[in-house]
Amino acid sequence: MIKLCGIEKTYDSPSGKVHALRGIDLEIARGEIYGIIGLSGAGKSTLVRCINMLERPTAGKVIVDGQDMTTLTESQLREARKSIGMIFQHFNLLSSATVYDNIAFPLKLSGTSAADIKKKVEPLLELVGLSDKVNQYPSQLSGGQKQRVGIARALANDPKVLLCDEATSALDPQTTKSILDLIKVINRNLSLTVVVITHEMQVIKELCDKVAVISDGVIAERGSVLDVFTNPQHRITKEFISVLLSNDLPAAFRGNEISQDRTPDSFLLIRLIFLGDRADDPVLAKMVRNCEGLECTMLFGNLDEIHGVPFGRFIVGLSGEDEVIQSALTFLGGEDVRVEVIGYVRRSPAATK
Amino acid sequence: MFAEVLPLLSKALGETIYMVVVSMAIASAIGVPLGVLLHTTAKGQILENVVINQAVGSVVNAVRSIPFIILMVAIIPLTRFIVGSAIGTTAAIVPLVIASIPFIGRQVETSLKEVPSGLVEAALAMGATPLQIISRVLLPEAMPGIVSQLTTVIIALVGESAMAGAIGGGGLGDLAIRYGYQRFRPEVMLATVVVLIVLVQAVQFVGNTLAKKLDKR
Repeated sequence: MIKLCGIEKTYDSPSGKVHALRGIDLEIARGEIYGIIGLSGAGKSTLVRCINMLERPTAGKVIVDGQDMTTLTESQLREARKSIGMIFQHFNLLSSATVYDNIAFPLKLSGTSAADIKKKVEPLLELVGLSDKVNQYPSQLSGGQKQRVGIARALANDPKVLLCDEATSALDPQTTKSILDLIKVINRNLSLTVVVITHEMQVIKELCDKVAVISDGVIAERGSVLDVFTNPQHRITKEFISVLLSNDLPAAFRGNEISQDRTPDSFLLIRLIFLGDRADDPVLAKMVRNCEGLECTMLFGNLDEIHGVPFGRFIVGLSGEDEVIQSALTFLGGEDVRVEVIGYVRRSPAATK
Repeated sequence: MFAEVLPLLSKALGETIYMVVVSMAIASAIGVPLGVLLHTTAKGQILENVVINQAVGSVVNAVRSIPFIILMVAIIPLTRFIVGSAIGTTAAIVPLVIASIPFIGRQVETSLKEVPSGLVEAALAMGATPLQIISRVLLPEAMPGIVSQLTTVIIALVGESAMAGAIGGGGLGDLAIRYGYQRFRPEVMLATVVVLIVLVQAVQFVGNTLAKKLDKR
């Protein structure tokens, strides 16, 4: 549906050329929800604006629904933009127009008759749950309601693509959730292709099928959200994920020296990642049964879900004879679980009380 | 005394209102589009054109830097060409219009600048033409500001029309100078000042009320 080839964007600034995007290739399939995450200044907003040519790339091709956007004339481009809806962080609603008129705005631009506009706007109001706010002005609405108006407005032209530029970044967590749910419903019911720009990993996790991590104007990592979450490769990806999934050791061990060699009274800390249907298998119980003399302490546990796939992360502390610990690791190696050995760490004395 | 001054006052008030209303109408018809031009051709705006922007901007600044009393005298040949005479209420309208156009232009430009750029971006993303952005986004969104700014222009026009009166344009300024000052009639002077105050207050009140009604932010 969307294909970006070799997108580059360079700005002239007083301090010389700024390379906002440095060769981006991206393909987004029809009906997919594709997330693009990056820190501010990484170039993600520029990238999404290249899709509808609000920013003209310095080099590269932008193909939306088979049409090369970079070669269109101004008037062809205006037509093409009508099939690409966009919502914004600050909603960008007309303050002087009512909810109804804001949603009707793109239709008025095309010279649609008042009767046809009404036929179009009313179901949209229903879809976004604002039928009772028709005659209110944006200033009378909450942030979430404003974004619902933004979504309805973006859908008025029956677009094939919806671009979301930090659409939930100005909203509180509950409202964010409801807006994400609405986007999911729209994606499913209208088989709309959705591109989501965000700096929040939570949004990617809740909403997206695929994700690209953008850093310094290039895509650092990409893949299905499940893969990227469970097996992040790039440093920046790990940082994004660590906001949601803490990688810190439990308090009793935090800050203590980690050694790869066994020291007296220490635990061997290991991180276990369970994925998919096996996430609830009794692996740890089996391990303890198989390895006599093994002490196993659960230090941290978290069972989550990404797109309906269970995803468990645990930190356990093992203690016992060397060979018992080795056999435990061997046992885990044969199970359907990812094991990461952290090292031998002593428990802080204060926490042992 | 009052019965004698009253007809003079009402005639003068009528002339002042005539000068202000006609000048304002003509100056707005040119000044508002000028403001739109100044704003939209600026850097980063929808019709960016640095050459036009700077050329128009310089002319606007040049006219605005001429004190009204000097402008009025300097353009007497032009006034005579347009109206057929350089004296009289109608003749006063020419310099009033010329002084107000760049003033309105800058005021409208200032109001348009306050429209968040995100709104223009959203309209562009929906496939709006530049003309649609001007008529459906910029002007409606800036309208409360434009109304406030135009109120200021009207009040400035009341003052300038009084100055125009001093060189034979009629109106309240003329009355105050000829009767109040030159004939030593302080009560006429006072009455004129009171009428001017009431007029300006009324204009400001109407302007504020209208701007507030339009402002949905």
